[in-house]
Amino acid sequence: MADNKGVMICGEITEGKLAPITTELLGGGRKLADTLGEELSAVLIGSGIGDLATEAIAFGADKVFVVDDPLLADYRTDSYVAVIEKVVKEVSPNIALMGQTAMGRDLAPRLAFRLDTATSMDCLELSIDPDSKLLLQTRSVYGGNAMGTYVCEGTKPQIAAVRAKAMDPIEKDDSRKGEVVTIDAGLDPSMIRTTVVDKVKEEVEGIKLEDAEVIVCGGRGMGSTEAFQELEALAKLLGAAVGATRPPCDNGWVPAGMQVGLTGKIVSPTLYIAVALSGASQHMAGCSGSKNIIAINKDAEANIFNEARFGVVGDYKKVLPAFTEKVKELLAG
Amino acid sequence: MPNMIVCVKQIADPEAPAGSFRVDESANQVVPAAGVSQVVSPFDEQAVEAALRIKDAHGGKITAISLGKSFVMDVIKKPLSMGSDELILLQDPAFEGADSRSTAYALAMAIKKVGEYDVIFCGRQAADWDAGQVGSGIAEFLGIPSVTVAKKVEFLDGKVKVERVTSDGYEVIEVSTPALITISNELGEPRYPKLKGIMAAAKKEVPTWTAQDIGADASQLGTAGARIKLLKVFQPVKEGKCEIIEGESPEEAAANLALKLREAKLI
Repeated sequence: MADNKGVMICGEITEGKLAPITTELLGGGRKLADTLGEELSAVLIGSGIGDLATEAIAFGADKVFVVDDPLLADYRTDSYVAVIEKVVKEVSPNIALMGQTAMGRDLAPRLAFRLDTATSMDCLELSIDPDSKLLLQTRSVYGGNAMGTYVCEGTKPQIAAVRAKAMDPIEKDDSRKGEVVTIDAGLDPSMIRTTVVDKVKEEVEGIKLEDAEVIVCGGRGMGSTEAFQELEALAKLLGAAVGATRPPCDNGWVPAGMQVGLTGKIVSPTLYIAVALSGASQHMAGCSGSKNIIAINKDAEANIFNEARFGVVGDYKKVLPAFTEKVKELLAG
Repeated sequence: MPNMIVCVKQIADPEAPAGSFRVDESANQVVPAAGVSQVVSPFDEQAVEAALRIKDAHGGKITAISLGKSFVMDVIKKPLSMGSDELILLQDPAFEGADSRSTAYALAMAIKKVGEYDVIFCGRQAADWDAGQVGSGIAEFLGIPSVTVAKKVEFLDGKVKVERVTSDGYEVIEVSTPALITISNELGEPRYPKLKGIMAAAKKEVPTWTAQDIGADASQLGTAGARIKLLKVFQPVKEGKCEIIEGESPEEAAANLALKLREAKLI
C-alpha cells in the first residue's frame, strides 16, 4: 500500500460536456495533489468521450484515463464500479475523489467496499494532515447539525465523495500539457445486472436552481400550491428560480425537483430569499453556500434568522405582496 | 410471492429543532437534548412503506432487521405495527464502534441467516450520521445488484422495476432479483400504523441475535472491521448577525427590506 501515489478524480460527463462537478473535483484535487507533491489524474468514463480529456487537462489534470465503450453510455452500478475498480488497480492512487451526485453516491460506497477500503460521503472540506499526510475528510452529520472529520488510516485508496459547489474549479488554461491514456473497459455485458429502460426529465420551467444567481424559496409555512404562485411572481421580477424545503415537496404543493437541501439540490446563489421556512439544518445544508440570505418569517426565534443577513419578522401573507410591489417599483424606476 | 427484508435504524428524532443537538467533543458524539424522542429513521420508514406497497399488490413476507443498542421497543416495533411480519434485533457489544462497512457486514450476515429473499430495502441514509453507505455495502457483501435513491418500486416476475431519482428527474431501471433497493423521501409518506397493528406488534415476540447467532467473523465487526475513523465532531460557529428590518406595519417593513436590498446592490 505504501506505493499508492497520486490523486485521482472520477469525472462525470453530461450531454457531451464535462459536468460542473468534474471541474470542481479537478480544482479540489489539484490542491491536494500539490500539497502532497503528487500527480493529479482524472478518469473519464462513457461512450463517445471525444476531446474531453484535453479539457480535463486544461482544468488541472496531469493525466487522463479514458475508458470509452458503448456499454458505458448510461451510468449503471455494475459496469461503472467494475471499470473504476480496474483503473484503480492499474493506477494505485493514494486518493480517489468523486462527486456527491446520482452517480457518485451510488458508486463510491460499492467501490470502497469492493476494494476493502472506506469512503466518506458528502464531504465539504478535504485537507492533508501535515504529519500523517493522510486525507482529512470533513462532512456534515446529523442533517447538518454538526460536522465530522474522518480519516482512513490503514487502507488505500482513501475515497471521498464531494458535495457539489464545495470546491472551486481552477481557471481553464488551454496551454496546459498532460498525458491521455486509453484503458480498455474489458466488460462482460452479462455481469451488468441492471437495465436503464427510460430516462424522464422533470425540469421545472425557467432557470435551473443550480445555475440561478437569485433564488426565492418557500417553506412549510407557505401552506399551499397557490401560495407558491406568489413566489413565482416575485421570482419572475428578479429573474430568479423558485425552490422549496422538503415539506412543500412531500405534501405535493410543488414538484420534488424543487427541493433544496441535504437530499435535494445544493445551491449557492448570490441572493437567497427564504420565505416562511424555519431554516432546519437539513435545508440549510442545501443553501448555506448562498452569499446573501434574506429571511421572511413570522417566528422571530426561527433558525433562519441566525443564517440571514437581512430579515423581516412578519407573516409572509402581508410581507410578501408589499415586498414584491416595492421591488417592482424599484426595478421600474 | 416475494420475500422482502427491510433494514431499519432507531435514531434520535431528526425533526427536533436545530438547537436540540449538542456535540460532546470528548466522547466524539452528537448528543440530543433531553426530551428529544427516539424514532425509526424516516428514510427507513419509507423503506418499510415501499415493501408494504409490494405486499399489498402481491402478498409475500416482510422481515425487518435492526442493528443497534438501547432499543425502545415501542419505537423499533413500528415496522411491525405498520404491517411487517417479523422483526429481528441485532444487539451485541461486538457490533459497537462500527463504521458503515462493519454495520453492512453484520446486517448481511443476519440476512444470510434469514435465508430466502427477493428484495432488500434500506433507507437512502440514516438521518443521524447521514453516511448513506450501508445499503450498498450489504449488496456488496451479498454479491447482489443494488439500485440507490429510489422513489418507486414495482415487483415484476423475477425482476424489480425502480424509479431512481436523478438531478433532473428520474431513470427507470430494471434489475434482476435478488436485489437491494435504497429508498428516498420522494416515495411519499409512510402509512400510519392502525390500532390493530399496534396491538399485534405489542404482543409479538422479537428475537435478538448476537454476533455468534449470525456466524459473524469477529475481525469484521465493530471497530475491528471498520476502515474509517471519526477523528472529531464539532459544530461550526454561526455568526448570527441578521439585521432585522423594522417598519410601522408588516407592509412597511417589507418595503424597507426592498430598499435595503437595493442599497446593498442585491437587486
